[in-house]
Amino acid sequence: MIVADRKSLEEILGMVADREKLLILGCKGCVTVCNVGGLKEAEILASTVRIARKKEGRPVEVTHRALERQCDNEYVAQLADDVANYDAVVSMACGVGPQFLSEMYPDQVFFPAVNTTFFGGAVQHGVWEERCAGCGVCGIHLFGGLCPIARCAKSLLHGPCGGSSNGICEVNKETACIWDAIVKKKMETGHLEDLLAVRPFKDWRTARDGGPRRSIREELVKGTL
Amino acid sequence: MRLSYPANIKIIQVPCTGRVDIIHLLSALEDGADGVYVAGCLEGECHYLEGNYKARRKVAYVKKVLTELGIEPERVAMYNLSSAQGARFAEIANEMVEQIRDLGPTPVR
Repeated sequence: MIVADRKSLEEILGMVADREKLLILGCKGCVTVCNVGGLKEAEILASTVRIARKKEGRPVEVTHRALERQCDNEYVAQLADDVANYDAVVSMACGVGPQFLSEMYPDQVFFPAVNTTFFGGAVQHGVWEERCAGCGVCGIHLFGGLCPIARCAKSLLHGPCGGSSNGICEVNKETACIWDAIVKKKMETGHLEDLLAVRPFKDWRTARDGGPRRSIREELVKGTL
Repeated sequence: MRLSYPANIKIIQVPCTGRVDIIHLLSALEDGADGVYVAGCLEGECHYLEGNYKARRKVAYVKKVLTELGIEPERVAMYNLSSAQGARFAEIANEMVEQIRDLGPTPVR
């Protein structure tokens, strides 16, 4: 899923400081799963904003709701009858949400309430880790199921660098050297020789280096599926 | 026993403090309560195993939110007592009321 962290209250309150009527809009997709921007979090943020503004002596009207997803126009369209009723909308979705909203409703202002961080998963309750970099050409199977693009600080493809020490990456003591893990796994499974293969240069044009990407599924566009 | 406790406390009953959510505590404060406390069962003695621990985490979260907003975190509290401790219930009620009196009225009006 896409993982995000909520912005500080200070930052959110600063964004909406001069607004009198707000909609806090959650998303029932990834941000609900990572407990940052679902209906529940939208309700809590709405109450918190009202408390903060009451304390300042400048009450604000805040409504909250959540869309099924903010990354699909069919759901974003559900806001059509209501969106003009607010001074601003605070989106709790990943970075995709405020953009889809802004594109459909150019006259409204949409503030992001979260910082979108990475594609990952929960390794324990409350802890998420990056697992995918969305590079566009998946080669996880070549590395024992562990992705060196997303999980090696240098995205190396031919083994660890000199900064790997006792299985830890030099960039951060909390970060495992994924190449250490890849080599160990290959040794354990008796496939170490797989790593001798010389890999061609990775074509980074399919990653962000090629500019904003687009995925077209002809059969869906034509409606033939 | 006929113990008395301050009349300015409004009791909201829940089947277990595990039912208490962050939004319940925030809503009370938003509506002008000077303080809110949760009276849960003794730790380790929850009939539903961990309802009171869950409530404790919610209270801690709201304390953090209040601190960020520049409001005294002492306005929310978690207490643990058994249903047989009537005297302790009255004592806690007095203690909380005293604490809130010292802090003064809520800045959220």
